[in-house]
Formats: sequence, structure tokens, C-alpha cells
Amino acid sequence: MHIPDGYLSPSTCAVMYAASAPCWWAALRRTRRKLFGRTLPLLSLFAAFSFVTMMFNLPLPGGTTGHAVGVGIAAIVLGPWASLLAISLALAIQALFFGDGGITTLGANCFNMAIAGSFAAWGIYQLVSLGAAADSRRRVVAAALAGYGAINLSALLAAIEFGIQPMLFHDASGAPLYAPYPLHIAIPAMMAGHLTIAGAAEAVMSAGLFSYLRRNEPSLVGCTARPAGVGRTAGAGGYAATDAAPAAGAGRTLWGALAVVLLMTPLGILASGAAWGEWATKDFSNSATRVRMAAASGRAAPPMAVPSGLARWANLWTAPLPDYAPHFVKSAAFGYLLSAMFGVGLILAVTWLVQRATQGANPSAEKCAEVATDTGQQMALRPPTPGRSGNRAADQSVRPPASRRSEP
Amino acid sequence: MSTGVLGKTVRGFSEALTQTLVAEDSAHGRGLLQALDPRVKLVGLLALVVAAALSRKLAVMAALFGLGIVLALASRLSLWSLAKRVWVVAFGFTFMIAAPALFLTPGVAVYRLGSLAITAQGLRSALLLIARVETAVTLSSLLVLTTPWMHLLKALRTLLVPVEVIMLLAMTHRYVVLLTETANAMFESRQSRVVGRLNGQQQRRLMVNTGGVLLSKTLEMGNQVFLAMQARGFRGEVRLLNEFRMRARDYVAISGFAVAAVAAVAAGR
Repeated sequence: MHIPDGYLSPSTCAVMYAASAPCWWAALRRTRRKLFGRTLPLLSLFAAFSFVTMMFNLPLPGGTTGHAVGVGIAAIVLGPWASLLAISLALAIQALFFGDGGITTLGANCFNMAIAGSFAAWGIYQLVSLGAAADSRRRVVAAALAGYGAINLSALLAAIEFGIQPMLFHDASGAPLYAPYPLHIAIPAMMAGHLTIAGAAEAVMSAGLFSYLRRNEPSLVGCTARPAGVGRTAGAGGYAATDAAPAAGAGRTLWGALAVVLLMTPLGILASGAAWGEWATKDFSNSATRVRMAAASGRAAPPMAVPSGLARWANLWTAPLPDYAPHFVKSAAFGYLLSAMFGVGLILAVTWLVQRATQGANPSAEKCAEVATDTGQQMALRPPTPGRSGNRAADQSVRPPASRRSEP
Repeated sequence: MSTGVLGKTVRGFSEALTQTLVAEDSAHGRGLLQALDPRVKLVGLLALVVAAALSRKLAVMAALFGLGIVLALASRLSLWSLAKRVWVVAFGFTFMIAAPALFLTPGVAVYRLGSLAITAQGLRSALLLIARVETAVTLSSLLVLTTPWMHLLKALRTLLVPVEVIMLLAMTHRYVVLLTETANAMFESRQSRVVGRLNGQQQRRLMVNTGGVLLSKTLEMGNQVFLAMQARGFRGEVRLLNEFRMRARDYVAISGFAVAAVAAVAAGR
């Protein structure tokens, strides 16, 4: 999974750095205030912890062993933004110092494992543990699935990055210049190992560490829902991202950006022809479309007949707004705009419903809100732990972080 | 030592710690690259890595690899150690990845092994991949083996890496070593108390529990480190001392790196 130098073309590496940079920037911005507090050592230490756990040989059923990245537990405890920073730091140390993963491919590795992995793990955990009690077994399953899903998404992204190399970068004789396998080989080859061994290692480690923390440090994983009026999630998944003011500022920027993008949707009309691979059944019998299909496919002629699978499934679902053009609208540009507004509205409605459900789901959310304004302290200055049981998470989470220890 | 996962994990930790010590030792040695400004090494060697990545010709990659060997020798690095720790590992991993491409890449068959045929395109692709990876890891290893870690981090400022990130990286590296030692001690003490063989489930439980304890220690340490930083006067501002000073040899070196990188890019197209 740690892509070394030389497997990806420099342009792919540049694109992956460009894709990762805004995420790093946003994560740093969100944690910057906290960085000047307790978050600074804690983030470094969590990164170091992630690095060390990557060296654990985890025995798996079947007699093999695997290594976990630790992204599952990092996302659950730290939240996605701090987690992506912590895992990125661990990957940077690995690449720069231990030669595990390349320097030119660091952007890709961070995007796959730290960024996509953190958000996937956090999202899966939130979704599966929705409404579960603090001591519910479902939370352990959610943690396992978070780790499993995150590592497999990371592997899939890496496989796609590998798989597009021979399509884009080959010499005149057709010899691939970088990773040599196309998507139909790279994806199964990569996923076979991750759906089984690596995924199992990450699932075992995430579930095991989650269980351990719930038993011994319940305040870290006890609160899962996002309380109203608080910047980001508390407890599980919100440690370093609790600043409401920047979130509100970022929200305004995002709304503005969304409005601009909506107004720009009619630009889609300027593109001629269909997107590659998004052909309709009728395109196979249209000579003009066939020429465009062949030109876009490296001069490989499309089959004369409609592929049987496509023919069978093409009419399974008829879209209410086909081709972004409602039948009652005559102007194509207005149709595009209307469709975009409809789509965005639908997404916002679903998000709002999920948010409402999430807020109402966890009875401990209100209590979490009391300490969520400084979850960093909640995490770093956790109360004494002996004799705790797993179902006291909510009680632990509301204890004020007042137990300052003496200088070591 | 046990051959089980405990032993394997402890060996992994030992190797990582050894690698850290070897790198620190060689970084403080007396050699060509050690004498250069870290910023020059960082930018110069990175430019050569990018040139290797851009190159489409084996000869150019071989020349860059040769340059890497010359620089290693001039920096008094052991080629045997480099071969053992870098070249063999990179070759083994990349060969495993590249070998099937010999047969799977469509093209003109140049050699038949039963029903399988090695294609010219597959051979070229596999050779390019191996050569590029070996060259890149050699050049990036030179950077780490000839530059103290703190100097390397400070040099990252030339690539506009934010100062907070540099401090985070410095602290992470410091605690990687500390936590590796802690984990190593935990595993060794556990290993010394194991009689007989543990089954898979017991091993998994052991690993996960050790991971949990390590996480607890990590969080505890985070608190202690912060208080220690406060006691030493940390008030949230990160400052790095910039003791680097470019000398005549650094200007010569950066010119040399630039010429080599540009020539490699031009010749490798």
C-alpha cells in the first residue's frame, strides 16, 4: 500500500499532491489553534503510535500475519481532520526516514491512507454506531468495519492510481513506463490481499483497540454523536476539531462556492459527445457516435452490437430528469441549472435528515456538548482510570478536565 | 528467540532502531554530502529523484544510479550496507510486482516459456520499473543517510513546509523512537513470560492488548510532554534556529545537481 517512488508518473504524483494539499491545509487550519495547546504533542504522539502499530505483526486466521495502519482507531479517537494529519505525519516519517513509501508518491500515499482512509473510517463508524448504546457490541463492530472499509478504500484508490498508469504513460511500442498493470489487473490484484489479509488486520486492530479504550479509557470513545451548537463531533471523532468559529467561516465559504458552481453548471453543455464509458445503447448504432467512441478509445472500434449486459440493464431505471433536461423546460442551460439545484437540494435534504437522526440518536450527546469545547483537554487530561467499566462512558465524558498533574 | 509473531515483531523493532542509529551515525560522518548544506542536498537529490521518475530511458536511469553510487562512495557510505538495506529490499519488492508484467503485457514475444511468452514490451516495462525504483530509493537514501534528521526537517522550510508541520514531524520522529523502545520492552517482557506456544487467538489478544496499553501510554505521555513544554516556556510560538549558511562548495554542489538533473531530463525524454 505504501507506493514507492517510480511506480507513479510525476504528473500523477503532482495531481495527488495537489489533491492532498487542500486537505492538509484545511486540517491544519482547523487544528492550528489547538496546535498551540495540548494538541501539538498529542498529535505527534498519536502519529508515532500509528507508526509503531504498523510494525505489529498481527496473527490472522489461516496462519498468516498482517500489519494495520491504525487509521481506523485514529479516526474514531481523533476525528477525521486530526486523524488525517496524524497518519500523514506517520507516513511522512516512514517515507523520509525509513524509505517505506516514496517521497514523490507521498502525496498519493497520504491521500489514499490518511485522507480518504480517515474520512471513510470516521464515516463508517458514525453510520454503523448510529444510535448504539455506549456499551453496545455494535460499536465494536462499527470500529472493525471502519478499519476494514478505510483500508480497502485506500487500497482501491492505490489500485486505480496504478491501473491508470499504463493507459496514460507508455512508449511508442506500447510498453508501460510506470506501474505496468491496467485497471482490470491492478484492482483485483490489490483488492485480493486487502479484502482478506490487510483488511482483517485493520479490522482486528481497530476493534481490539476500540474495546480496550472503551474498557479503560471510555471518555475517548464514549461520545459519538455530534451535539447541537458544537463545531464538530465530540469524544469519538472530534478531539482536535472543535472550533465552532472557523467552522462557521468555512461554512459560509462553502455555501458561496456551491452557489458559484451551481451557476456554472450550464458550462456542461459546451462539452460535445458523451463522456468516455457513459454511452447509451443507441450510441452503438449511431455512426457519428461510433467514430467518437473509437477516437476516445485509442482507435479501438466499439462492438457492432450493443453489449448484452448493457442491453439487459440499460433500461432498469429511468431517470426522472434524463440528460439533465426536464421535459417541460425548453432552454438547455436553464434545464441544467434546474437539475443541479434539484440534485443539490436533494443532497442537502438527506444530509439534514441524517444530521437530525444523528443528533437525536445518542442520549449522551448533550452531556458531551458540555466538554466538547475543549475536547483536547478532555482527551489529554482524562480522569483516573482504575476500576472503570465500559458503560460509564457518558459519566466520564462530562467530568471536568480539572485533574492537572504535576510536572513530570 | 521465538519464531512466532512476538519474535517477529521484536525483530522488526530492533531493525527500526538499528536503522535509526545507523542513519544518525552516518549523517554525522565526514564525507562529501555530509559537508553540504542540507537545503542543497534536499533540493538537489529531490531534483535527481524527479529526473529519474521523468526518464524513459534505461541508460539515463543507469547514469543516475551510477551518480548515486559515486556520491555514496564520496560520502563514505558502505555500499554493502546500502545493498543490504536498500537495493535488495527494493529489488525484491519491485521484482515481485514487475515479474508478471513480463508475460501479461501485450506485445511482441521475445522468449517462450512453455505456453507463456515474455514480450519485449513487458521486459522493457519491468526493467524500467526496477531501474527507476532502485535509482529513486538510492538517491532518497543518500539524503537520509547523510543528513541529521533535525537538519533535514529544517531544510524542508525551503520547500515551504509550514513551521508547525516541521515541529510536528520533529516531535513525531522523537516519539517514534521512544515508543518503539517502549513497545520493544513490552514485547520482550511479555515474551520472557511465555511458556509453550500461543494459539492464534491468544496471539491476537496479546498484540491488541499491547497496542491498547501502548495507546494509553501514548496519551499519558502527550499530557506529560505538554506540561513539560509549558514548564520550559512554550507559549505556542514555534521558532526554528536557522544556522544554515551557504558556502562556495554549496553553490558548486547545487549547480552540479541542477546540471545533472536537467541533463537527465533532457536525455531521458
